[in-house]
Amino acid sequence: MSNNPASRWTDGSMQKRVARRYSAERRFRALGFLAVAMSVAVLAFLLFTMASKGLGGFSHTEARLQLDLPRSDVVIDPANLTGADAGQIVAQANLEGALTQAAIATYGPTASEIFGESGVRELGRKLIADPTLLSRRAELWLPVSGKVDVAAKGDGAPEQEAIVAAINAKDGLRRTFNLDFLTASDATDPSAVGVWGALKGSFLTIIVTMGLAFPVGVLSALYLEEFAARNRWTDLVEVSINNLAAVPSIIFGLLGLAVFLNVMNLPRSAPLVGGLTLALMTMPVIVIAGRNAIKSVPPSIRDAALGVGASKMQVVFHHVLPLALPGILTGTIIGMARALGETAPLLMIGMRAFIATPPGGIADPATVLPVQIFLWSDEVDRSFVEKTSAAIIVLLVFMLVMNGLAIYLRNRFERRW
Amino acid sequence: MNNMTKEKLPIESTSPVPMPSTAIAAEAAADQRQEMGGAEPAEPSSLDDHRPPASPSAPVVEVAPDTGPELDAGRTPKMRADKIHVFYGEKEALKGVSIEIHDDRVTAFIGPSGCGKSTFLRCLNRMNDTIPGARVTGDITLDGEDINGPAMDVVQLRARVGMVFQKPNPFPKSIFENVAYGPRIHGLATGKSELDAIVEKSLKRAGLWDEVKDRLQESGTALSGGQQQRLCIARAIAVDPEVILMDEPCSALDPIATAKIEELIHELRGRYAIAIVTHNMQQAARVSQRTAFFHLGEMVEYGKTKDIFTNPRETRTQDYITGRYG
Repeated sequence: MSNNPASRWTDGSMQKRVARRYSAERRFRALGFLAVAMSVAVLAFLLFTMASKGLGGFSHTEARLQLDLPRSDVVIDPANLTGADAGQIVAQANLEGALTQAAIATYGPTASEIFGESGVRELGRKLIADPTLLSRRAELWLPVSGKVDVAAKGDGAPEQEAIVAAINAKDGLRRTFNLDFLTASDATDPSAVGVWGALKGSFLTIIVTMGLAFPVGVLSALYLEEFAARNRWTDLVEVSINNLAAVPSIIFGLLGLAVFLNVMNLPRSAPLVGGLTLALMTMPVIVIAGRNAIKSVPPSIRDAALGVGASKMQVVFHHVLPLALPGILTGTIIGMARALGETAPLLMIGMRAFIATPPGGIADPATVLPVQIFLWSDEVDRSFVEKTSAAIIVLLVFMLVMNGLAIYLRNRFERRW
Repeated sequence: MNNMTKEKLPIESTSPVPMPSTAIAAEAAADQRQEMGGAEPAEPSSLDDHRPPASPSAPVVEVAPDTGPELDAGRTPKMRADKIHVFYGEKEALKGVSIEIHDDRVTAFIGPSGCGKSTFLRCLNRMNDTIPGARVTGDITLDGEDINGPAMDVVQLRARVGMVFQKPNPFPKSIFENVAYGPRIHGLATGKSELDAIVEKSLKRAGLWDEVKDRLQESGTALSGGQQQRLCIARAIAVDPEVILMDEPCSALDPIATAKIEELIHELRGRYAIAIVTHNMQQAARVSQRTAFFHLGEMVEYGKTKDIFTNPRETRTQDYITGRYG
């Protein structure tokens, strides 16, 4: 019966088998969809919390102030404010005292501490821009201290909330975009902090990493794939490189500390040392990705080039490398993204120091964005919370820009072929 | 028939085609001059006919004795291989093969799969050097010069002994770049116009020019399989080789593309010494004047194609030809 061709495809057991097959397929598709939906949901949650908490970090609160510098104890000769050392002269004057006086005069004694480092810095800038402020009464908008800023955004301590209410009653507060957050460096007062120093540190570090890891990694991959003899030694090298890629990053930090700082006496906390350490960590990733990309170039292309009399090196550089480059770049992007987000090894070589000025070069003390985020997240002051989130947004955008650039470059290379 | 016989006359060294190979660049330049002067390019009379390949029975006119090692006595071979052994690790893939390849003839290597004919072909331009674990012993000479000798540079050898592979393998670059690559790396052209001329000449000689002349900047990989293989032949021709080795050049092609390649081989004979490995016995019969039959790493029989196919000396050859194995 079951062997009867006419009924074989229509009888009950066959129908059931077909139905089972289809339902298995549906189940598998549903599971796959669920997996994708879950990762999208996690990503959306991350982006949402980052945005909702962090976007506040890009704005700050300013308070209106009646400033009467001629009657304060600030003594600056307006003629000095046009020179190159104007910034220093302003910094040495007691602007903070003048601000406190003006705040009390405007909003009463409870408001004596509404301005912090950011207010002083902004006032100094305004003085340099307009020295006539020294000789007249003026109304100014200046950024308030971190505590008051948080209170104005609705998350502060009761005393500050009261002050904010008092100032608000006189219509003395407004929120503006905080450009300082992008142009300033670390500071003790959360209202005055910025990510520029860390961003520049990250940039310099990644340049050093890239400059070292990319050529060394690609050349290693090329040599191992195209030139090295297959023997026990190359096997050993291959195993070692694979192991190196799996070594925890903190170990690389210790290595950097022991070798670059203690033996080679390179400057502490510098992007140079950070970049070297991260290059050690990134190189194996590039080597492995590069070898796979080179392996996937069809041997017929090598034969073709050899067949018209190309030398080994011409084969490699005219044909193999250009064809493998998109794959190598993909590996490099992954490695660079990892290096950019790396914190642990940099802690070991002193890049967690408090650095209030952006680095001028690769040998200057610096910190990097992820370390900056780690440092701020450790702060007790509440107003660092939104600064931390804002810094994370900056880091993510920085990564996005870098990866976008790399993918653009990769596609351009692919089109050329 | 008579006409065909005349065509198949081997080109002796007194032929109008300079031997060994002509400087393709000079020829291309000469063509250009002639075009500018309005005159027709003077092709050698034996090569300007685009007739389909001759039938297997097309006789090869010979003065030399018909059989035995004296087959081509008195002629200097372009390449001579003497007692070639090839080992892949422990395995002996070729067990002492001796053969001669002549300027004006197509030599076909036939035999069942794994008999070592491709291995032997790859010895002739030292492509086996690139295979890890491969070891070649024996002497191979090109124009009397040892190709493994210290005076012979392997890169130059491969330019002099070009190769066309089983699977069409154009570079993933433009058609122009594919052909121009060889002349460029060897510095055969001084200047853009000369390079253009070489590319045009090579593509013309490979019978591809009319099909691609308007799209030289398109990718070589976008061509059809047969066109790709002719592009590969043009690429080999462009470096002005003396010998062209073809490793089953038609095995990945349809019959029409195969016919075109065979026609091309027919036309190229005389300019280049050609050695072709083929699985297709009819093809060997159609395109070659000399045939070597390989079996299990040995060269069983070598002789005139006509004799191999009609009157083989060895029973193994006989059995293979008649399809008893293979």
